[in-house]
Amino acid sequence: MIFLDNLINGLSLGSIYAIIALGYTMVYGIAKMLNFAHGDVIMVGAYVAFCGLQYWGLPPVVAILASMAICTVLGITIEGLAYRPLRQAASLAVLITAIGMSYLLQNVALMIWGANPKSFPPTFINSTTFRLGQLRVSSATVITILANIVIMVSLTLFTAKTKMGKAMRCVSEDRGAAELMGINVNRTISVTFAIGSALAAIAGVLLCSSYPILQPTTGSMPGIKAFTAAVFGGIGSIPGAMLGGVLLGVIEIFGKAYISTELGDAIVFAVLIVVLLVKPTGLLGKPVREKV
Amino acid sequence: MTKAKRNRLIYNIVTYALVIAAFLILQSMIANKTITRSLKGQLVPICCWIVMAVSLNLVIGISGELSLGHAGFMSIGAYTGAVVSGWLLNAFAVENTLLRLVLAIIAGGVMAGILGALIGIPVLRLRGDYLAIVTLAFGEIIRSLVNVLYIGVSDGRLRFSFLTKDMPEGTVMLVDGAKGAVKIKPISTFTVGFVLILITLFVVLNLINSRAGCAIKATRDNRIAAESMGIPVTKYKMIAFTTAAALAGMAGALYGLNSSTVVPTQFTFNQSINVLVFVVLGGLGNVLGSVISATLLTVLPEVLRAFSDYRMLAYAIVLILVMIFTNNPLIRSFVNRLFSPIKRLFRKNKQGGDIA
Amino acid sequence: MKKLFAMMLVVCMLLTGAAALADEPITLRVAHIGPTTGAAALYGLATLHGAEVAVAELNASDSPYHIELINEDDEHNVEKVINAYNAALDAGAQMILGTTTSKPCEAAGAQGYTDRVFFLTPSASAPAVTEDKDNVFQICFNDPNQGLASAQYIADHNLGTKIAVIYNNADVYSTGIRDTFVAEAANKGLEIVSETTFTDETTDFSVQVADAQNNGAEIVFLPMYYTPASLILKIAANKDYHPVFFGVDGMDGILSVDGFDTSLAEGVMLLTPFVASASDEKTVNFVTKYQEAYGETPIQFAADAYDGIYILAAAAEKAGITAEMEPEEVCDLMIAAMQEIAVEGLTGSMTWDESGAVSKTPMAATIINGEYVFE
Repeated sequence: MIFLDNLINGLSLGSIYAIIALGYTMVYGIAKMLNFAHGDVIMVGAYVAFCGLQYWGLPPVVAILASMAICTVLGITIEGLAYRPLRQAASLAVLITAIGMSYLLQNVALMIWGANPKSFPPTFINSTTFRLGQLRVSSATVITILANIVIMVSLTLFTAKTKMGKAMRCVSEDRGAAELMGINVNRTISVTFAIGSALAAIAGVLLCSSYPILQPTTGSMPGIKAFTAAVFGGIGSIPGAMLGGVLLGVIEIFGKAYISTELGDAIVFAVLIVVLLVKPTGLLGKPVREKV
Repeated sequence: MTKAKRNRLIYNIVTYALVIAAFLILQSMIANKTITRSLKGQLVPICCWIVMAVSLNLVIGISGELSLGHAGFMSIGAYTGAVVSGWLLNAFAVENTLLRLVLAIIAGGVMAGILGALIGIPVLRLRGDYLAIVTLAFGEIIRSLVNVLYIGVSDGRLRFSFLTKDMPEGTVMLVDGAKGAVKIKPISTFTVGFVLILITLFVVLNLINSRAGCAIKATRDNRIAAESMGIPVTKYKMIAFTTAAALAGMAGALYGLNSSTVVPTQFTFNQSINVLVFVVLGGLGNVLGSVISATLLTVLPEVLRAFSDYRMLAYAIVLILVMIFTNNPLIRSFVNRLFSPIKRLFRKNKQGGDIA
Repeated sequence: MKKLFAMMLVVCMLLTGAAALADEPITLRVAHIGPTTGAAALYGLATLHGAEVAVAELNASDSPYHIELINEDDEHNVEKVINAYNAALDAGAQMILGTTTSKPCEAAGAQGYTDRVFFLTPSASAPAVTEDKDNVFQICFNDPNQGLASAQYIADHNLGTKIAVIYNNADVYSTGIRDTFVAEAANKGLEIVSETTFTDETTDFSVQVADAQNNGAEIVFLPMYYTPASLILKIAANKDYHPVFFGVDGMDGILSVDGFDTSLAEGVMLLTPFVASASDEKTVNFVTKYQEAYGETPIQFAADAYDGIYILAAAAEKAGITAEMEPEEVCDLMIAAMQEIAVEGLTGSMTWDESGAVSKTPMAATIINGEYVFE
């Protein structure tokens, strides 16, 4: 029973990581950059949804849609203003810019919403608890897992079937060749950011539905863990992000429950290291053959 | 003497000269008391961050590996330094602060170096972002372990315990779990910091220009080509990684002994990122650039104090703008044209090269 | 005649000059140091705002001392706090109201001990803040005392014998309270059935709560701030687990979190010297002014800093501090004066001894229907 309970908790935490990791992996796969500000877009998304629910009295679905819309605009703006001028620059320069953007978003949030934590109000997402014998499963867990599967499937279909999705895969494979074939690289990357940021808004709402505390730094640690999860599963791979996220969550909860709460984080990272040593491109990452 | 060799020599001389000149100016300011308290208080931390930046540049700029766990090595150095200094004082009554400081810095460097080598063996098999994430993971592991580490000294010997604080009565605690290294007697001095910078520059510049350095750079620029030329890639990467770890440990010891207390939360992932920012802003592979950017970026938030609540915002904006202005090809070529006469004078000094 | 008139004029001028001197209040330059940006900004902004409310009040009153507040941000960082401290002294501060958080206060206080600068910290509660330093005084209880008082309260009121402790093992405040609590619990015959930890980055508390539940704890002791505590309460409610939650002063503020479902905190007990919903005149006055100025309900940190300004003014009056004095001179005079004054503040009646620790009585409150109720 305790085992099942822990497993459910692990799946719940893991699916949150997974949904954030999907955003990381999308942007990494196509724009080939680590968008460190992703965690902070999540934070902004959660704040917007919070304002919608708490201050403007919007119905939950409308609040989530509003948050997605604002995050999409934010994502495109960030990409256009800060990342696009650096398209040709070294990848580390882009990384540092992303870090700067992360600081910027946190400090702007501090100014707009203040330092006092907000408690994310209950919505249809987390309002009920299912009882199965002695087990208690929050509806937030169920909805997060379902949302994950829906997003993963639709992203996979999107990249496989649609014209834009194909363009994305081309850009991911070889940006120069894609450009020569007449694909608008800038527009493709903008769309990627738009999708990634809309996902971030959903992730923000789901994160705060399960763990209802909202601060300007809310996005950073889940962001780092999710980034780890994306690498764990093989960065750039959509099913990999999902698998990596869920496994990371389960390992974290089991490590804490059966070994020691003090060493929970150390265990997560130790497992990550072992996995990467055995399989250096992550669980589902494809080894890239180097041509001489 | 070839032209390249001469350029290298000029670059090295300029680097040393600038550092020594800065030291002499600051010393004279201290002597005639024209220095502000605020600047004086930052001198030792600046020395530490310079050493951190230069050593990380060895890994990132010269050897081409992205490491996100450099602060972990610094924390090892800081803790070792605090323990060694406290042990020498409590168990052997070594009153000479300079001796204690030097021994602590050496111990910090050795510990971090050993750990760097241990981590390096498995890690350096990985590449690119995977290496980055594993170094990040090691940094976080070190932090969680230090959080539950207890070290005390009683009856002249060191006592260790892990997870639970299990110490005999009358033990003087040196490292106290979450409370970090406690009751440190601050003994770091600016002069020792300056000497440490010189040592770092000497080690790193010599390593870059040595045979090993050429091999490391060859590996960075094209690993496959280097490997097929018979260069033992992993061996040279190990040399760079371990040296950088040891230097970070020394900086850590100096940093730890500059304050009365050190906590694990000082050496988080964010701190590693800060050092990374120094390196990238100063130019990958550019040692002098690291020295300058570490200094400027440490002082910048203090200068921005006038903006009070907006200063971290200002810092973020400055960071983004600087990255865009120095890396955007359009703006860059414009600036280059503007400064081309001056640039021509300095181009000779350019070392290494940016890696994409 | 002309001469006499001139002389009278001079005398008049002298008299009015002297009178003006006597009436003119002395302006002290006090630096508030605390994290006003970064992850701990919540606490630094609370102490800053609390102090600002008190300064506005003091400067509008006929008190012989006015205060000019200098603010420096330390980012809750042991390195940056030294910069903040030096910047404050460069800006002409005579004494420090700070620092807000324990670890930075320990570092800055030690530097102040060497330089001879007086510190009055509103909220840094670790014993290491005052240990081995005569220049640092506290307004809040120190952590061991809170742990001690909590264990005694639980035992004396027979709240239960099976106790779970959840604490932040990366935090000095949390571990400090936990250590004495666990030691005293053993003395009082209370059984610790579950002990689990978390860190600042933890968002998921399901393991910790499940461990307490599975070990049958009747009381869950939460030595932590209200942010993680609110997550724990939420998880416990999800799991249908309803023990007595017993908190410490960091728990105050939980009811005023925007959007918090106060029914989750029903029955939570805590030891605290201040609650914003108290109805005494002082608290109402402070809370009203604070809400007007910042649009938020003050937490205990703000109340401590508010008291801090009045304590500094009282001690400065006792010590006869003038605006021209250097920090070194101020320090020794203030140390002596602090041990002689007694202050009736928002957070209770306070006196100090040479150790720098405050002596005041904690009060136990229970949350009933979203309000604190004192017994």
